Amino acid sequence: MRRFYIPQDTTALALGADAVATALCALGIEPIRNGSRGLFWLEPLLEIDSVAGRIGFGPVGAKDIKSILEALDSNPSEHPLFLGAVNEIPYLKSQQRLTYARAGLGDPVCLDTYRQLKGFIGLENALAMSPQQIVDEVAQSGLRGRGGAAFPAGIKWQTVLDAPANDTSSAPHKGQKYIVCNADEGDSGTFADRLVMEADPYQLIEGMAIAGLAVGATQGYIYLRSEYPVAYRLLNTAIQRAQQANLLGHNIAGSNKDFHLEVRLGAGAYICGEETSLLESLEGKRGMVRAKPPLPAIEGLFGQPTVVNNVLTLAAVSSILERGAAAYKNYGMGRSRGTLAIQLGGNIKRGGLIELAFGVTLREIIEEYGQGTYSGLPVRAIQVGGPLGAFLPEAQWDTPLDYEAFSAIGAMIGHGGIVVFDDSADMAAQARFAMEFCVAESCGKCTPCRIGAVRGVEVIDRILANENREENVILLHDLCDTMELGSLCAMGGLTPYPVRSALTHFPTDFNRR
Amino acid sequence: MHKKPIYKMPITEGSPLHSETIERLLTSYKIMPGGLLPLLHAIQSEIGYIPKTSVSSIARGLNLSRADVHGVISFYHDFKTQPVGRHRVQICRAEACQSMGSRQLEEHAHRTLAIDYHQTTADGQITLEPVYCLGNCACSPSVRIDDDVYARVDTQRFDTLIAALTSTQ
Repeated sequence: MRRFYIPQDTTALALGADAVATALCALGIEPIRNGSRGLFWLEPLLEIDSVAGRIGFGPVGAKDIKSILEALDSNPSEHPLFLGAVNEIPYLKSQQRLTYARAGLGDPVCLDTYRQLKGFIGLENALAMSPQQIVDEVAQSGLRGRGGAAFPAGIKWQTVLDAPANDTSSAPHKGQKYIVCNADEGDSGTFADRLVMEADPYQLIEGMAIAGLAVGATQGYIYLRSEYPVAYRLLNTAIQRAQQANLLGHNIAGSNKDFHLEVRLGAGAYICGEETSLLESLEGKRGMVRAKPPLPAIEGLFGQPTVVNNVLTLAAVSSILERGAAAYKNYGMGRSRGTLAIQLGGNIKRGGLIELAFGVTLREIIEEYGQGTYSGLPVRAIQVGGPLGAFLPEAQWDTPLDYEAFSAIGAMIGHGGIVVFDDSADMAAQARFAMEFCVAESCGKCTPCRIGAVRGVEVIDRILANENREENVILLHDLCDTMELGSLCAMGGLTPYPVRSALTHFPTDFNRR
Repeated sequence: MHKKPIYKMPITEGSPLHSETIERLLTSYKIMPGGLLPLLHAIQSEIGYIPKTSVSSIARGLNLSRADVHGVISFYHDFKTQPVGRHRVQICRAEACQSMGSRQLEEHAHRTLAIDYHQTTADGQITLEPVYCLGNCACSPSVRIDDDVYARVDTQRFDTLIAALTSTQ
């Protein structure tokens, strides 16, 4: 019997995957609701098992089902939506998938599928190791935090392993350490965390359990943004099944080790993606940024030693413990080891998830993978690293995606989001928006961010209205310096990046009046 | 965290139904570490918003000051203190959607629904809100209606989606 697959991922659903599934069910075909492969320009992507492997059709609408079924019985390759073997699609075939190796292959919450696809091998290996051995393995892999700051994961874990939990605090926090997964993926242009959680949630669960074993933490929290209802549902189902299978909870896999895991929902505050603000929010408070030190690794959640890592960092730990540190370290360049989850979005023909070793250039990504803009107009600017990332003009597109190379041009890779703007984009409006966003989302704790952003919008408005333009441009640069140097966290500290880059590289947009 | 209000304001209770719901939810959430956000989500999901009159009960139940509770409710965009429309329509304002014309979509939505952000249509059907990223950035512009996300929403598709909401009443 033929098996049909149609994803239950947010983007696939947003493009009508449920209607396709309903159309199949009406014909007596129960499709497997898999995760997405991340080739979002082909969603809804219908896949079918065949002798030649999995073949695909896309983007498919409910109206195409009849003709696809007919084509399957005669000559599938003649159907206009026929894509051939999905694994052979160049966009996918040319990637180096580690974290996303399983994405889209099967039902994301099916434990058997996960096991068949080499799931839980990393956890099994970790259960046979000492905490120090696990931390050493992660340190040797060269893994750096994927949330944006790129801090070496091994060093963070070592700090938590070495930090004694405070025994004087009140129950239930007494003597406790915590693993916190930052799944507050708020940056515009990013969906890599969402794809892991929706296509392969057990990988994250496994990574968190390994982290717990490594540092001696028995409680974990996934802080998930409320904008991801599908991920929320799938994570909760996956956690429940993992508990039933004794892979979470007391005495996991008969090892005498405990690890409890819970998903907590955010409430629409971008700032809660900043780790200390996230911890405040998890404690049930306003998401106000904390001054560092103390580092969360020493005094984190409820004052106890806490690992706070991004979804991708924790997911990568599963592969590292499965394949070994050396295998992971083989990917990448310089001090950026492993693979980067590049998320291509915005005004682009072929947007999606591209997992590659560090070192690929921006131009290769937008031209070879993206195939240019969706509108067909030339690309004008590319914003890398979310709303706090710089706008890069064409002269900078040959920079390799590497943490150090980007930092050398005053930009950052951040969480790996790439947003493409076509020729019609108004970069002055984008600079103003960067300040406006900071007004809306600042936690308000420090003055440069809280007041600076408001003044930033005002100054840009004056520049655009041609009121003392030259003086106001100097003032704006000065304000950017104050925000960058004086803010408590990256929100106020990095908002100047998009503003300055727009001013520097696209000055004519500020002189239209 | 164990602040006691020095001066006790007279307590105005909300509808008996609301206070019953809140007391029931308090029982299950007060033992949860850092349980205030989950509790507020639960209240909002049952009642539709967080009645201002519930602040004192929540504060008492969790041993917090009313200022703490009010501070948390007002910090987060998700929490509403007034009844909202039957459907929540969110338009993504983030950069990826802007690059695909979400500014025009916003204008269109304001014009056709005759409301600004954070307002509800006169018939009580739709509350319009901005949102900063729905994680659907490869197929922008994105709109979320209740718990469903829609991709590539141009003005025409927006009208179709809105018409479907109002016709299914």
